Amino acid sequence: MTSMAGRIREKLEAAFAPSVLEIEDQSAAHEGHAGARAGGETHFRVRIVSGRFVGLSRLARQRAVYAVLAEEMAGGLHALSVSARAPGEGGL
Amino acid sequence: MDNKIVFDRIRNDINMNDVVLYLKGSAVFPQCGFSAAVVQVFNHLGVAYKDFNVMEDNELREGIKAFADWPTLPQVYVKGEFIGGCDITREMFASGELQALLQEKGIKMSNAA
Repeated sequence: MTSMAGRIREKLEAAFAPSVLEIEDQSAAHEGHAGARAGGETHFRVRIVSGRFVGLSRLARQRAVYAVLAEEMAGGLHALSVSARAPGEGGL
Repeated sequence: MDNKIVFDRIRNDINMNDVVLYLKGSAVFPQCGFSAAVVQVFNHLGVAYKDFNVMEDNELREGIKAFADWPTLPQVYVKGEFIGGCDITREMFASGELQALLQEKGIKMSNAA
């Protein structure tokens, strides 16, 4: 079975053809509290840069990421922190 | 599921209060790091807000996600408008956009720095 990080990567790459895609599993930092499970893979941080985000608001960008990962969010992905940028924007 | 009753309640709450935070836990005792982070931003700015603990109200917990078409908590509303969750609030705070928005909406910040 593919790891959660692997599935996130696969889906985001297919949907957004990102120029930058960093996926960080932060589950270990949340061990023992709500939403955490033995085995981890529950808390992730994603930094993504894609031309598809040009002209989209922050809300629209994050909604698009959530939509692509809806299945994962319904099944074990408890927390997803998202930084979504268009190329050339600062702040990553 | 009929969301009308909870949607009416949410609409009323976000229109009656300039800044509303829907949290996991209360503002005093957040039960999630992301909820704690948005509380910290508004406390830091010295902005008055109304907070709701969705953990005590399952109808609200599910209803607020449908209302905003946003699958996660916390959620931040300013003058009836959905601003975003933790990531967006933090980004807007860091860039100064949040402070500009609050100012434009006439919301008092006792510590705008």
